[in-house]
Amino acid sequence: MTGGRSSYPLDAIRRLGSVALFLGRLLLQCVPALARPHLVVLQIYNAGARSLIIIMLSGLFVGMVLGLQGYDLLRRFGSEEALGTAAALGLLRELAPVITALLFAGRAGTALTSEIGLMRATDQLTAMEIMAVDPLRYVAAPRFLGGVIAMPLLVAIFSVIGLFGAQLIGVQLMGVDKGVFWSQTQSSVGLHDISEGLVKSLVFGIACSLIAVYEGYNATPTAAGVGLATTRTVVASSVMTLLLDYVLTAEFL
Amino acid sequence: MANDAVVEVRDVRFALGGRPIFAGLDFQVRRGRITAIMGPSGAGKTTLLKLITAQNFPDTGVVRVFGRDLATLSTREIYAVRKRMGMLFQNGALLTDMDVFENVAFPAREHSNLPEAVLRKLVLTKLQAVGLRGAAALMPAELSGGMARRVALARAIVMDPEVLIYDEPFVGLDPISLGVILRLIKHMNAALGITSIVVSHDVQELSSIADDSYLLSGGRIAASGTPAQLRASDSPAVRQFMTGGADGPVPFHYPAADYATQLFGTDPP
Repeated sequence: MTGGRSSYPLDAIRRLGSVALFLGRLLLQCVPALARPHLVVLQIYNAGARSLIIIMLSGLFVGMVLGLQGYDLLRRFGSEEALGTAAALGLLRELAPVITALLFAGRAGTALTSEIGLMRATDQLTAMEIMAVDPLRYVAAPRFLGGVIAMPLLVAIFSVIGLFGAQLIGVQLMGVDKGVFWSQTQSSVGLHDISEGLVKSLVFGIACSLIAVYEGYNATPTAAGVGLATTRTVVASSVMTLLLDYVLTAEFL
Repeated sequence: MANDAVVEVRDVRFALGGRPIFAGLDFQVRRGRITAIMGPSGAGKTTLLKLITAQNFPDTGVVRVFGRDLATLSTREIYAVRKRMGMLFQNGALLTDMDVFENVAFPAREHSNLPEAVLRKLVLTKLQAVGLRGAAALMPAELSGGMARRVALARAIVMDPEVLIYDEPFVGLDPISLGVILRLIKHMNAALGITSIVVSHDVQELSSIADDSYLLSGGRIAASGTPAQLRASDSPAVRQFMTGGADGPVPFHYPAADYATQLFGTDPP
């Protein structure tokens, strides 16, 4: 090896620096990218609307499980009527942002990485550069913005459907009073809880979209390289989501 | 003569990942001519194009395009230089999410505010020039290799570039498509006055159209002149390349340990 010595921590730091530089360049291109709203809207559709089914289904099931487990747990303390509060807070503050981000990484993140990686492998990005069109502005920035805008919307939908699922189990199946369920929910959920979910979803949206776009943009232009980049997107996005979730939760409590 | 040089490469040294690619490369491309850059695979032909299009910069030496030293230019200025160039990629590099019409219209949409009606006429005339006006509504996935390259050519000329760069334009084409591409290169050069740089290892095809030829070997220009002069060269490296000799200065065998030793071991029983 004639090149610089490489060790794991050094590589990790180099990588982190490279992601940070990429983010800087990407953000600079986001303003001009907004001048082409049709590109951003298309990417919101790709990352958001096309993830709707998986988000809605997952939201329903997570809500239903929350209803079951929550009811079982609360019944032991004789406080089943708090089910609405437990489900709403659990979903809004924690489960909806985290699970949506994990699903987003698997569904939209991989699609972004492989699409951009294949554009790299088939010289499409280079062709743009030669045509004096910055691929960061034309390809990367709209996809990044699309992901960042789509995530909070998906989280909101996940929360609503999850709450409906919890209600379905708690009220319809386990017999918690409907009025109590909703009034408890209404009185216990404050703006603070909503904003915690909103901030988390925004941060996760930025992190997951950045990782997906970065990995695709810097993928080795071969079949194996694009495959590896896609895997890395899922792994890095998931770990980063859980890590950031802890940090943000600690900050909000 | 130096004044009509569109691309000038002077004493360029360039290494990629510690491996030297160019060691003192010198050549120029003159205005209005078809310049062929030939060389065996791995001679650095594609790397050379990256230097000319400012995707890479030389370690030492100068690459001048339109009289400007690329290494001294800002990103904005590099983009301004690139707007005066067109490049045809080996695989076409068409944008896969747009149809043929939109692919050809892409540079014009990005760099001009032409009204839709004018843009439509512009794109259709370019597609007509490559014979694919009827294919305007097709997607890139529906095109054959030769057609994709012709669409890419239409896209490359849509902004009326002064220089057109062809990266291996003949690879993997059937004889008819190859004839079409050859004719188009010649036509673009003659009818539009475009300076053409053709990078390829197809000696026969290049010889029929090139005004000037350079042979790239061992990190420098091994020979230059008209195709006829190259064929008459008595340098073994040039002769091997021009006649397609299997063995010669470029050996048939990749460097390896002694054959007998490797087969029978150091201590044969």
